[in-house]
Amino acid sequence: MEPVDAFANAFRLVRELDPAFTGIVALSLRVTGSAVLIAALIGLPLGALLALSRFPGRSGVIILVSALMGLPPVVAGLAIFLLLSRAGPLGGFGWLFSPTAMILAQAVLVLPIVIALTRQVIEDLWAEYREHLMSIGMTGIRAIPTLLREARFSLATALLAGFGRASAEVGAVLIVGGNIAGYTRTMTTAIALETSKGDLPLALGLGLVLIALTLLINALAYGVSRIGLRTAGQGA
Amino acid sequence: MTGSASILPLRVDSLGFSADSRTLLADVSFTLPAGGITAVIGPNGAGKSLLLRLCHGLLMPGAGRVEWARDRAGRKRHAMVFQRPVMLRRSAEANLEHALAAAGWASVERRERVLAALARFGLQPLADSPARLLSGGEQQRLAIARAWALAPEVIFLDEPTSHLDPGATRQIETMLFALAADGVTLVMATHDLGQARRLAHRVLFLNRGQLVEDAPAPMFFESPATAEAKAFVAGDLLW
Repeated sequence: MEPVDAFANAFRLVRELDPAFTGIVALSLRVTGSAVLIAALIGLPLGALLALSRFPGRSGVIILVSALMGLPPVVAGLAIFLLLSRAGPLGGFGWLFSPTAMILAQAVLVLPIVIALTRQVIEDLWAEYREHLMSIGMTGIRAIPTLLREARFSLATALLAGFGRASAEVGAVLIVGGNIAGYTRTMTTAIALETSKGDLPLALGLGLVLIALTLLINALAYGVSRIGLRTAGQGA
Repeated sequence: MTGSASILPLRVDSLGFSADSRTLLADVSFTLPAGGITAVIGPNGAGKSLLLRLCHGLLMPGAGRVEWARDRAGRKRHAMVFQRPVMLRRSAEANLEHALAAAGWASVERRERVLAALARFGLQPLADSPARLLSGGEQQRLAIARAWALAPEVIFLDEPTSHLDPGATRQIETMLFALAADGVTLVMATHDLGQARRLAHRVLFLNRGQLVEDAPAPMFFESPATAEAKAFVAGDLLW
């Protein structure tokens, strides 16, 4: 097929909201959205705790978490695959090759980003707020909800960064999801498959949606920081 | 102030503090009775802020004791205002609310205290403004209102006007007079001698971590007892 025709067909798919096409987009958003939610629920408090606590080996933990931000998705996929495979410790749940497995794998990818960025933001904030919060009787763990709320704009940006990483990755969802049509086929795995099969319109259409999504995420991040500046002033 | 027995007098006994094997405060003793404005003055690095932080409990003494007449009975009855006010990223009103909640006030009481504090210092027009977008002077007035809302017997103030212009400084000083008139005991660190003259009833003069003089303000300014204090009052540089 000529590239020009491929583009025309791709736009038609997007415009006509072809059910197979929208199904793939919806699954991708559901998987990545759930993964970010799980990573946020675990990572925000954990990152704040890491910011406030002092223990032997803390520097090592911080370095490890930062390093995990660059964890190759295929490796994360492999790890989850081993956990969920029939002989693995979580094999009994039968989650392998299901959206649940994909959510888990992406949560593993997003979690280090959320922990590392939260740790950084909360530590900076704590330096500024520490004496005031101690003065009004808020010490240690009791300060975490206040600090998380104060950091809300920076943390929203961190979550969007996590969403960006997860929505763009192929390796992890391919390994643990299996790219099963209508069940575990996401935008990225579909693009990889359709391109190799030569079905360029579907691949291109999904590629367009992915790029639009990336633009949207960045626009949101920009908007959030602007709102932060307007309501919270410098250093928001 | 609220019925139960007072936490005053505060007795500070042989207080000392060192960091990195440097002695920053040594053998400071004084008694703080109820009422009045006490100015803690001295050159930079004399230990003024440190003394306030030790009294307020933000730091643990390396030596000696900070003894309130009544302690550990419920809510903390002393508050602190910092050189740079720490404002949370929310409205002025929500900042008051947050401090009261953190200090353990029940929500009904909290509401009353917030409104009372705003009204007491004429801050109602700023109530809904994001606190961090207020001017430096407004933020410091809000910080003092926040401290007052906690119903303390004593408020420690660490150089509350050092980064403010004369107009804002005057407003803050007016607030402090009003607080003192209400019977709140104020302890204020300042390196502004003019301010100490205008406000203080009593002066604690620190130099290089030592309490050099402890005297009623008029006596201190007219006839300082030590050569160091004479030089400081005359505007000479101490080191």
